Amino acid sequence: MADPVDLGLWAVPLAILGGAIRVSTPFLFVSLGECLTERSGRINLGLEGTLILGAVSGYAMSYHSGSALVGVLCAALVGGIFGMLHGWLCSFKGVNDIAIGISMMILGMGLAFYFGKAYIQPTAPRLPAIPFGGWSDIPQLRAALQVNVLFLLGGALAVFLAWMLKNTRVGLTIRVVGDSTDAARALAIRPNRVRLWATSAGGALAGIGGAYLSLYYPGSWNEGISSGQGLMAVALVIFARWNPINCFWAALLFGGAGALGPALQSVGITEGYYLFYAAPYVLTLGILIATSSTERAVTGAPGELSITK
Amino acid sequence: MSKISTAVPVAGRGRGLPLLPRLEAFLIPLMALIAGGVLFSLFLLVQGKSPVEFFSLVWRAGFSTAFSWPNTLSRVSPLLFAGLCVAIPARLGLMVIGGEGAIVLGGLAAAVSGAALGGVPAPLGFAVMVIAAMALGGLWLGIVGALRVRRGVNETIASLLMAYIATALFNHFVESVFRDPASLNKPSTRPLPESLRVGDMPVLQAHWGVAVGVLACLLAWLLIERTTLGFAARVTGDNPRAAQVQGFPVAGLVIGFTALAGALAGLGGFFEVAAVHGTANASLISGVGYTGILVAFLARHNPLAIIPVAVLLAGIEASSGLVQRRMDLPDATILVLQGCVFIIVLLSETIQGRLPAALRSLTRRMSNG
Repeated sequence: MADPVDLGLWAVPLAILGGAIRVSTPFLFVSLGECLTERSGRINLGLEGTLILGAVSGYAMSYHSGSALVGVLCAALVGGIFGMLHGWLCSFKGVNDIAIGISMMILGMGLAFYFGKAYIQPTAPRLPAIPFGGWSDIPQLRAALQVNVLFLLGGALAVFLAWMLKNTRVGLTIRVVGDSTDAARALAIRPNRVRLWATSAGGALAGIGGAYLSLYYPGSWNEGISSGQGLMAVALVIFARWNPINCFWAALLFGGAGALGPALQSVGITEGYYLFYAAPYVLTLGILIATSSTERAVTGAPGELSITK
Repeated sequence: MSKISTAVPVAGRGRGLPLLPRLEAFLIPLMALIAGGVLFSLFLLVQGKSPVEFFSLVWRAGFSTAFSWPNTLSRVSPLLFAGLCVAIPARLGLMVIGGEGAIVLGGLAAAVSGAALGGVPAPLGFAVMVIAAMALGGLWLGIVGALRVRRGVNETIASLLMAYIATALFNHFVESVFRDPASLNKPSTRPLPESLRVGDMPVLQAHWGVAVGVLACLLAWLLIERTTLGFAARVTGDNPRAAQVQGFPVAGLVIGFTALAGALAGLGGFFEVAAVHGTANASLISGVGYTGILVAFLARHNPLAIIPVAVLLAGIEASSGLVQRRMDLPDATILVLQGCVFIIVLLSETIQGRLPAALRSLTRRMSNG
């Protein structure tokens, strides 16, 4: 390892870039999952619980099997089951999907912390990273370009989901259910079943996001592992206007904003750390205010979504 | 304004006997509570732990002895305020989930104004602190209501975002402008002078926040159930369009109720600072604002029912330590219990108003063998 080169102020954008790539992956998976669920006309506010449950089950499985990949798959499975439970509970008449989300968040965190106590000490195999910065002599740049496989996979998944929603039969079915339950029924589609699978798939993606947290960055399991990425998935999807490709950019932006504080700290600016952290939320609120209207639903939002009607 | 789509159940929609709706409003949550406990017991049994031992420990540590009550009661106050913060807007059909933001900002306002008022007489100092806390909390959630009315912004998401912004602002101010240079490891505001600390009530050994919280619940109940304003609010919650046709001041109600919810959450923050912590620091961000959602739903958004529900949840929380030591269960066990109960309570909404029919079909099935 070469000595760090003094980059002056260039260190800041570089650290933000590296940080954004590192921090954004869980945001990316959680927001893609939430996006898929919301496109089917249902909101899942419980992804925070799913994320943390994914983090602990991924870590535990990676520890027991010795393979981080098995851990990620297990996290996806657990997340999918948890999402399916959410979808099933919401299919009952008169059940409030927002409140169910909060209750699932509490249960998910409870289960994760309950079973996670035993895994705070042991070290599990972590996910590998691909060094894209090998061509450079600057160690900071190399560090910034250490990209995890899951980040690339998430990017590809965003493109795939956008294509799937636009061009396939499955995508069309999801969009119809999301825009009008009545129209879906008229087409002999069962809205609750479609939403069940969309919520389950969304949960699986959130589980993978959680596995990234415990198996790559920060790369260990503890009870404070998530800083609310799951809860903010809802904001991210609004920010991305329910478009999977935009979710990718939104995740990078949210990740970058989170990385801005530490990056500025590294060059001696310690003031306003938390304000940068809040910037994406202010931005999301601004966008929500600008695009909402008392006359119609938010532009780009699925018609059946309870939060934008 | 646009139609409020969040379906918040309102008691009294049952058909059949005139008394049944009231009975139903009480019976269904009780049954749900028991069913949630049974679900949790199954979880414990699978783990090889005894549910009987668990619940008897909760009873002993949370409720049964003179030693357990101070511990339980000291946890009741924030739950009362956080529960009211969710329940009051819910009666209007609004789902506000960002009470946490108003709690931490209210606490901050109380801590900063109290620390600045070192020499003034206590009544004046308390008045300033309470007003600062309630004003900031009320403003914070009042903005959410105003956005709903003026721009049609969804109040659930807006309040969640505002809660995140509030915690960020709280952390920023506690670690910069208002930081006490003497707080090295844990950034805090300057401690409140001894004269501006809220003490314990006589006999009960719990701080005055509990009494004020109970009073707030009573007043909120009177406001909603016994005033014209409350009647207008309940109509709006049931059917916003009908309320508008009737000429009810829907916009004013929305802003007023969200601001009131925020002000009460801010008052909760005041008591956490003035009676518990003595300063504003990260301990104030406890997540009690989110537990308030559970309290409100368990109470079916009835301010009077919030009191027993808050006591119940506080007692369970208070027993956490003993359960941990005696049964070797992690403290997250309480979270699992809360999650189980919450889910079943929400699920029970589906039989709301259909209990007579459900009971009839059950008795028929049983008599048919």
